[in-house]
Amino acid sequence: MKNGTTVERKSERELVTTRTFNGPARIVFEAWTKPELFKRWWAPKSMGMSLLSCEMDVRVGGKYRLEFGDDAMAFFGTYLEVTPPSRLVWTNEEGGEGGPVTTVTFEEKGGKTLLVMHELYPSKEALDAAGTGAADAMVETFAQLDELLVTLGASVGRS
Amino acid sequence: MVQYSRTGFDASFAALSDATRRGVLEQLGRADASITDLAEKFHMTLTGMKKHVGVLEQAGLVTTEKVGRVRTCKLGLRRLDEEAAWIKRYRQLWGARFDELDKVVEELKRKEKVDGRKERE
Repeated sequence: MKNGTTVERKSERELVTTRTFNGPARIVFEAWTKPELFKRWWAPKSMGMSLLSCEMDVRVGGKYRLEFGDDAMAFFGTYLEVTPPSRLVWTNEEGGEGGPVTTVTFEEKGGKTLLVMHELYPSKEALDAAGTGAADAMVETFAQLDELLVTLGASVGRS
Repeated sequence: MVQYSRTGFDASFAALSDATRRGVLEQLGRADASITDLAEKFHMTLTGMKKHVGVLEQAGLVTTEKVGRVRTCKLGLRRLDEEAAWIKRYRQLWGARFDELDKVVEELKRKEKVDGRKERE
């Protein structure tokens, strides 16, 4: 059974996502910090996403850069905090000034890990714009994903 | 079982479960109003009305804006719809990523077990 993902707009400037993983924090942390593992899940095939390149220099002040296929879209930024296996903080600079700072914490309990991803935007307007922009840019991709999720939802509902 | 975001559903249902709050929404559907106006209209204390408006605001059903000393309330439905749609997509994206991450975690766990056995041998 898959664990549920929750997303909550905690305040005008914050978006918080949570998910539990059936494994210890050191393993989940490893999957977030090793490029060869990260790229296997961050661009899910089910989304029609494919990564051209994935560079991650995971240390304080180190940079990361993720590049996509056709339109050469890129996500990039800088790691601000790296505390294995419990905490990662980085900037998202592709959107210029309006980009959020992302904090991910890994909290282990009884062999499972609660992951909390916290995105803090510089302003309410920046978060609103990110929502609208992301929605516009990804409508097509999400339409594919919607189809997949309907299929998945149907099979999950039966189990 | 699919777990939905608590915010969207629970907060909306909780907000709509109260007759006064439904009345406030109806009222705001006709015109924006200050908390003082609403308190008078519903024969409540200012503090009581503030609590109700707070619940509605939390659920995204009402937005408030303070100008000077007056807090004006208005319906937030449209914004809620747009935001809910975006958050839903965002959750689907990360849900898909995390389902893939599950597989990576399983694989690493298996690998760790095998390596552990090798070390003991």
